[in-house]
Amino acid sequence: MTVSLGHFLTLGAILFTIGVIGIFLNKKNVIIILMSIELILLSVNLNFIAFSSYLNDISGQVFAMFTLTVAAAEAAIGLAILVSFFRNKASISVENINEMKG
Amino acid sequence: MTININFLLIPEIVLILGIIAILLISVFINKNSFKFSLYSSLILLIITSFLVLLNYQDSFINNNKLFITNLFIINFKILIIISSILVLLIMENYFQDLKINKFEIPILILFSVFGMLVMISSNNLMSMYLGIEIQSLSLYILASINRKSLKSSEAGLKYFILGALSSAFLLYGCSLIYGFTGSLNFEDIYQKMSVFNNLNIGLIFGLIFVITSLGFKISAVPFHMWAPDVYEGSPTPITAFFTTAPKIAGIALLIRFLFEPFGNFWFDWHQIIIFISIASMILGAFAAIVQDNFKRLLAYSSIGHIGYILIGVVSANDSGIKAIFIYLVIYIFMNFGIFAILLSLKNDNGYIEKISNLSGLGKSNPIVSIVLTIMLFSMAGIPPLAGFFGKFYIFIAAIESKLFVLAIIGVLSSVIAAFYYLRIIKVIYFEENKENLEITLNPNTKFVIYLSALFIILFIFFQSKILELSNFVSYNIIN
Repeated sequence: MTVSLGHFLTLGAILFTIGVIGIFLNKKNVIIILMSIELILLSVNLNFIAFSSYLNDISGQVFAMFTLTVAAAEAAIGLAILVSFFRNKASISVENINEMKG
Repeated sequence: MTININFLLIPEIVLILGIIAILLISVFINKNSFKFSLYSSLILLIITSFLVLLNYQDSFINNNKLFITNLFIINFKILIIISSILVLLIMENYFQDLKINKFEIPILILFSVFGMLVMISSNNLMSMYLGIEIQSLSLYILASINRKSLKSSEAGLKYFILGALSSAFLLYGCSLIYGFTGSLNFEDIYQKMSVFNNLNIGLIFGLIFVITSLGFKISAVPFHMWAPDVYEGSPTPITAFFTTAPKIAGIALLIRFLFEPFGNFWFDWHQIIIFISIASMILGAFAAIVQDNFKRLLAYSSIGHIGYILIGVVSANDSGIKAIFIYLVIYIFMNFGIFAILLSLKNDNGYIEKISNLSGLGKSNPIVSIVLTIMLFSMAGIPPLAGFFGKFYIFIAAIESKLFVLAIIGVLSSVIAAFYYLRIIKVIYFEENKENLEITLNPNTKFVIYLSALFIILFIFFQSKILELSNFVSYNIIN
């Protein structure tokens, strides 16, 4: 069996869905949300690289490199904000992010 | 290889070099570094706006296909720069009183302005994504800049999670559009798709993902759930910034994205935008009724305003885009007028945030309360004031495109929305004074308040001038 573009796209879509479900179903830990976001970004990278190789066009790979860089910056900022939240609340449980409602 | 720096990117290059210079100098200044970075940022923004205006005559120039400029983009860039200048003018007292006068705040605002300028002049999915990310990464930090406050850091966390999710949606959409057209460039995408009769399933998914993500950025219903919490928790000047500049950039990018690559497929996207628009108007009208927090109320009211603006997007004609431009100009001044007043009112517990705290303002401070009343009447759309004309042009554009249902729902929801603006006026004038309100007007805040009040009252006399300005806006966007 040869691995075709369709297989890569299916894998990308599955990873993307797992990431989105991970954000919405998780009630315990904000770190898991950060991991889910990374998973989504990586699934997008897989998509880009698969398309790039299929179309024989380099720009998809360039986009994937940029996405990796931005994902690193995003994770850094997310963790920094999480630390400042933890200092105020002494908890990183998703259920405890409830200061403002309504 | 020759390096060809086109004149068109000069504003952005000057801006980013200036930001780095201000950052470096502020690190070495020990005293008053906040004041230094604040005022030098103001000067830098004014210089940038002049540089942006230098290109004003050029109608359409393509710069290596990553960036583009035309009069539509230049006008929206100017709007973004004006709103960030106004936020820098009103923020000084607040941050000094709360002892979070860090020099990073104006610099982060400048970075996000840089991101917005990149984002709306992008002509490529890659530069679009990078612009959006520069913008939103700075905004996440700005939301949680008050590290000691639980509310502020919670606002930052919420904004970060949902913002990162929306960026991921944008990327997934971009990857699908890239895969099914084979190009990242807006014009090439348009060319490749012009042979299709219908969008295939991959492109429809790509379009929907990108619209979802931009809907998050402009906080349109059903992607609005972060907005009230983030607006309530962030420091008030930052909230004022959130309600204007990122939304203007988001709207401009949404218009460009829908009209340039997807210009032929109005039929495919107009239903989505109509749904978002109706939902935003209705939720903005009803959810704000029960709010007591002023910032939360303004969050819902800005969701409603986004709904009206999206009517102009669906109309997809010249007058729709003109109407959006006029609406945004008016919206900036109304919003900053209200926030400037909110930032100069204090009671014993600090800056007020609750509407009930405004009781008795009419007796103790007649001038401020008259100005606030004018702003609120304008937001509600009472005729001689500017807010009426914003809505009027939007509805005219909707009727020109035969979107009667949308126009009727817009009028009805603006009637409902008038209720909560009038409720604030009732609290100001007809309720007994409960606590002593103290007003501190520093010259900059006073300038912003009077400027926006004058703009809103006198708009009726120079609306033809602004209409003329907006004439240029619409020409180049329609393919």
